[in-house]
Amino acid sequence: MASLTKRVLNLNKLFKHVDNYTKRLSSNFTYFPDNEKPVEGETLKMNMMQAINNAMDLTLKNDPTAVVFGEDVAFGGVFRCASGLQEKYGNDRVFNTPLCEQGIAGFAIGLATAGATAIAEIQFADYIFPAFDQLVNEAAKARYRSGGQFACGALTVRAPGGAVGHGGLYHSQSPEAFFAHAPGLKVVIPRGPIAAKGLLLSCIQDRDPCIFLEPKILYRSAVEEVPVDSYTLPIGKAQVLREGDAATLVGWGAQVHVLLAAARLAESRLGARCEVVDLVSVLPWDTETVCNSVKKTGRCLVAHEAPLTGGPGADIAAAVQVSAPLLCCCVLLWADVCCCVLMCAAVC
Amino acid sequence: MALKSGVGFLRLSRINQVVRLLSTHSRPETIQNGGLNAEFPGAKAPYVTEIKFLDENSYDPIPIYRVLDNNGRVIDSREEPNLDRETLLNMYKTMIQLNQMDKILYESQRQGRISFYMTNYGEEGIHVGSAAALSPKDLVFGQYREAGVFLYRGVTVTEMVNQCYGNHEDPGKGRHMPIHYGSKQRNLVTISSPLATQMPQAVGAAYAFKRMPNNDRCVICYFGEGAASEGDAFAAFNFAATLECPVILFCRNNGYAISTPTREQYRGDGVAARGPALGLRALRVDGTDALAVYNAVLRARELALNNKPVLIEAMSYRVGHHSTSDDSTAYRPLEEIQKWMQDENPTRKLRLYLESKGLWDAEAEKTYSKEARDLVVRTMQEAEKKKKPNWKEMFEDVYYDMPPHIQKQMQHMEKHLEKYQEHYPMDQFQKE
Ligand SMILES: Cc1ncc(C[n+]2csc(CCOP(=O)(O)OP(=O)(O)O)c2C)c(N)n1
Ligand SMILES: [Mg+2]
Repeated sequence: MASLTKRVLNLNKLFKHVDNYTKRLSSNFTYFPDNEKPVEGETLKMNMMQAINNAMDLTLKNDPTAVVFGEDVAFGGVFRCASGLQEKYGNDRVFNTPLCEQGIAGFAIGLATAGATAIAEIQFADYIFPAFDQLVNEAAKARYRSGGQFACGALTVRAPGGAVGHGGLYHSQSPEAFFAHAPGLKVVIPRGPIAAKGLLLSCIQDRDPCIFLEPKILYRSAVEEVPVDSYTLPIGKAQVLREGDAATLVGWGAQVHVLLAAARLAESRLGARCEVVDLVSVLPWDTETVCNSVKKTGRCLVAHEAPLTGGPGADIAAAVQVSAPLLCCCVLLWADVCCCVLMCAAVC
Repeated sequence: MALKSGVGFLRLSRINQVVRLLSTHSRPETIQNGGLNAEFPGAKAPYVTEIKFLDENSYDPIPIYRVLDNNGRVIDSREEPNLDRETLLNMYKTMIQLNQMDKILYESQRQGRISFYMTNYGEEGIHVGSAAALSPKDLVFGQYREAGVFLYRGVTVTEMVNQCYGNHEDPGKGRHMPIHYGSKQRNLVTISSPLATQMPQAVGAAYAFKRMPNNDRCVICYFGEGAASEGDAFAAFNFAATLECPVILFCRNNGYAISTPTREQYRGDGVAARGPALGLRALRVDGTDALAVYNAVLRARELALNNKPVLIEAMSYRVGHHSTSDDSTAYRPLEEIQKWMQDENPTRKLRLYLESKGLWDAEAEKTYSKEARDLVVRTMQEAEKKKKPNWKEMFEDVYYDMPPHIQKQMQHMEKHLEKYQEHYPMDQFQKE
């Protein structure tokens, strides 16, 4: 046993070295915590993984029909968001499914159709595409095609997305644009623990099927004082995180922090005060808040962590042009490559 | 990072210990012999010393359960279901009503009155046999060729014709092509065009039922043998088995998927053979025999309610064209169709059975057929006069509450219609 401990320690030494190495590999990413409490009351320091766990815990506690499932969810899921929930609520409520995304999505739709609250986990957003048909053709259209007789609004699909710096092209994608094109769905991306808890609870309680894309870089790196009680945050309502008059910077998820860093840089280098807007959801998205901001600043920059062509940025740019013509100068970040493994704050 | 790998390291050293234990205490040959099964996590099976590939001939074909012969006589009296007069007549009348509806609506498409239609000829026995064995509370996920199930559940000809016409009384508000029926009230989930998507959904719904206290409901999911090739079908089988759901997965194997014959759809012993392979209870039944289907579903329902999912493959023949967009003589001989229209005609079989019991005769056939026909014709004439839904309905039900961007789009449309109304047949749509 003693020799074992020693070997672990040696290993730790080894990993110290590895840690430095990972730093070199990973991106330059600064996280800006939320300091504003959405509700009064007791708070607890939580990272985003814990905040999501807490939202599901509260749901399972308060809603006896709620179930949480997906690949490897029984032991907590590969990102540990469901940790401890099976022990607490039983294996009929928190469980593994076979490895099959189309099955997970279809099964989840059926649960919601029959009156249960379904919280499905897709292990990585990169692997949500086998479920694309079920989500876009089925979940999104269930109410519409039945003339309002059937619906699966009690469905929430969670999936970790976005780049962390070493995920390569199949552990880094941000597929929100694909779903943003599907009327009937809501597509929500949190920027940190407080937002994640409130928005996930909103998605779960929402009357429409929601896709909740969790920027996985934030799971552990983002830590905030999160209210312990249940609370919800509005879907479809953008949040102005930093006021300014020089330009409007729009993003969602992890990009919000890139934009906050950029705004800080612009202020220190150029003396320009930028307004930073977290869009919160790309479907529906808050035209009013964005356009009002651009009317004030006269400039707009949208950043998404996904290919440029056909992305939500183009939609936002078009809407801004319509509502604030002549004023806007719109730049979109990121290129049409397969994925964006770099996370630099390349704002000019 | 360091911690995680540290744990991995600890685990590895534990496994090393176990391996050492095994190698000192038991010789590999003692495990192999003695008739003990191997204990791989993925399979508990005996070891053999001979290579033998299994193929579709390694097993006998799964037999086809039937109650009636081609002349409507019960083959084994022990298998005759205990059905009262009323139920039997209801089953048979539903078949007649379905036949009449198919005939007239198919024609009405030919005349350009509706845009599309699909007939159910050859599969009437499947519909009424299964529907009669279920409780009205059981939830049905259909594919599209199950109109008889809808009728048996009590959906009216009026509702169905209104759906085909997409008028303002269509419960689906005119958004679907014809034959995509749905009725919340009768536990019939609205049909969806993408094939097999309903299958994993049915399993999920069954799981929700299973979790309800004192559950007495199961789910039945109908699908074609063509749809069974979709990934969603495999997902449904696998989820139903592993999550032990109260579901009956009911395959209508009618020999064709549009023009594709089963030989080009799958190899092996049909769809039923996939059941045991995946841990489902499987049964093959003669789908042209309504009583056999009734018995099969009745027993399957008992199993399902004990959370033992069942796969049924009902063998039949798609007597009609695939749809009004298809001419099946392009890919199959007329003689083939003839055979299934006569000897193996499910309606004829049940009629002969009813006649032998003194429950039906030529006179009853004539009267009821006319009644059923008149009902459809009358309903159709009424449906034709009804206006289409108000155009604003197009924007409803996308979300529970209409979000601002859709409200805006609706306002755009409203302005557009005001300005250019002479270019639109506004009088065909229901006023607000
Ligand atoms: C995903 C999908 N692919 C293709 C089609 C087009 N399609 C409609 S029906 C059909 C054949 C289905 O055959 P089967 O499942 O055997 O049912 P049957 O028509 O024989 O009742 C096809 C290919 C579809 N509706 N959905
Ligand atoms: Mg078929």
